[in-house]
Amino acid sequence: MSLDINTKKAKKNAFRISKERGIGASRIRVPGGYLKAEILGMVQEIAEKYGNGIVHLTTRQGFEIEGIQLKDMDAINEMLQPIIELLDINQAEPGTGYPASGTRNVSACIGNNVCPFANYNTANFAKRIEKAIFPNDLHFKIALTGCSNDCAKVRMHDFGIIGMTMPQYDPSRCVSCQACMKGCKSLSVDALRMENYKIIRDEEKCIGCGVCVTKCPTRALTRSKQKYYKLTLMGRTGKKNPRLGQDFLIWADEDSIVKIILNTYRYVKEYISPNAPGGKEHIGYIIDRTGFAEYKKWALEGVELLPETIMKDNLYWGGIHFDR
Amino acid sequence: MGYQLSRTTADDIFKQLKKDYRIFAPMVFPGEGCYSDTDVIRYGEAETLQDIEFERKSDYSFKEALFPINETLFYFTEEETSVPALPDKGILIFLRSCDIHALKRLDSIYLNNGPEDFYYKRLREKAKFVLIGCSSTCANGFCASLGTNQTEDYDLYLKISDSTVLADCKCEELAKYFADAPKEDCVFSPDYAAENQEKVTLPKKLSVESYKNPVWDEYTSRCIGCGRCNFVCPTCTCFTMQDIIYRDNANVGERRRVWASCQVDGYTDIAGGGSFRKSQGERMRFKVMHKLYDFEKRFGFPMCVGCGRCDAVCPEYISYANLINKLAKEEPCE
Repeated sequence: MSLDINTKKAKKNAFRISKERGIGASRIRVPGGYLKAEILGMVQEIAEKYGNGIVHLTTRQGFEIEGIQLKDMDAINEMLQPIIELLDINQAEPGTGYPASGTRNVSACIGNNVCPFANYNTANFAKRIEKAIFPNDLHFKIALTGCSNDCAKVRMHDFGIIGMTMPQYDPSRCVSCQACMKGCKSLSVDALRMENYKIIRDEEKCIGCGVCVTKCPTRALTRSKQKYYKLTLMGRTGKKNPRLGQDFLIWADEDSIVKIILNTYRYVKEYISPNAPGGKEHIGYIIDRTGFAEYKKWALEGVELLPETIMKDNLYWGGIHFDR
Repeated sequence: MGYQLSRTTADDIFKQLKKDYRIFAPMVFPGEGCYSDTDVIRYGEAETLQDIEFERKSDYSFKEALFPINETLFYFTEEETSVPALPDKGILIFLRSCDIHALKRLDSIYLNNGPEDFYYKRLREKAKFVLIGCSSTCANGFCASLGTNQTEDYDLYLKISDSTVLADCKCEELAKYFADAPKEDCVFSPDYAAENQEKVTLPKKLSVESYKNPVWDEYTSRCIGCGRCNFVCPTCTCFTMQDIIYRDNANVGERRRVWASCQVDGYTDIAGGGSFRKSQGERMRFKVMHKLYDFEKRFGFPMCVGCGRCDAVCPEYISYANLINKLAKEEPCE
């Protein structure tokens, strides 16, 4: 009996159509890559019942259950339901699987749940973004990383979110041991110097990585109560012009970033090429077409930046051009 | 022997005390720990009883109340110098049994070790001490092994709960604040940790020969020389001098003394670029020998009080307790 499958619908339902006739894969998005271990057992069960027993750990922190029969998609969707509920994925109708797949999994490094360098809880922020933007099939890639080390490679994403902290200095607790200075010099950008035995931070140079805070043995340097982020824009991989995302906002807050991402969806709906294959076009190419000023106008609508947030007027990307 | 008061009465007494004393106590500073979203418990000026952390041991000790991290000794101009005044108020310090034993060490260094230290003495004379009991042992402390788990040398003992407070006041000056308060007599003695998880045997045969012991060597690669063990220690008393010259007027400035650490670069630097203890292993040897050998030789009791703060704070998981047990273990049995 011939299969009759709407492949476009199946793809948006987070199934992959494989190169082998009748065989596909079930894709499981895990926001922030942070999950309860019991989900692993559920993934195993589906893989052994409907797949070929193999699971691929995807580049965006999801699972792909390989070797499923495309005819079993409905049954698999039912088995995905407890996973979807545990991961708190927005869903219109229970039992129907992942409602969208165009916008990619919001991925994140381990963040301050574990890592001593991280400046915030990356998984929680990833989940907040997930709740705000899904379901959505526009081609957005968002990643979060705890500090300027950028282990999550967020500069290769449309939106890169890098954790920052504004070092708070209490000179009365400082013993001039220079641990912060040495740390800043060897691990970061050499933004600290000493005058009259006390630390002076070059505010222009400081990237808010927090190394000085972790090095301080007396709590003279501590983290700001306000959590800050750097927002980098429109990095990408791909065939035409791969490039690194550029800094747009420095010392920004969480709310502004969520608003800018949501505003960008509106902007993309307005300006996406009508000929975009499968309704998918990298946002960066759209911005290349409209100009950054037009994008910025849309992105900042209703956004109230913190007074200390530095915004770049224009962004200039480089990268490798294979398309000219 | 003491009184039982209601919590409200105790809160009122605290308010009265605040008028006459600066009250230093262990407090939680949210988000000010080393790592993101971690807290630190250190000393600060408490405004109410509520501000004080009675349950968990502080990461940093009480010593900064008597021996400030930075202390201006005098200001100088071209013609004269002047010593900064102290606030008139008394000082009330909340601390644990191990810390009260540490106070005896601070006194030994600053008051009974040649000429008295003027700056320590003037703070010390203003200070009264409020004992916080230990209802159970902390994770790293080894006070029971060193006999520092109990003390009688307190001015006031307070045991706080949400509704009632037990108070044992040994000091006449502080007793005045309790005199008119509604209270009942009550028989109790301060809580203390009878036993610790961490147990320590002190080595008895350390000598100048211990210099050659290879036990120190591993710390050359393990220790990062951050000095946290010294800065959290309630008995470390080293300081260095700093002359600050005001930027706008180079003829005016101040001299400060600032905490120093025998583990941090610069401690043994001398004119001409020399440095006596270069490796961290040598510095560890110096610290441990000072705590266990030199100090005892001079004052008749060991310096370390077993609070365990150094073991709890070390980012490289170096255990001082384990090191002294190693030293004790390799001594031949009697």
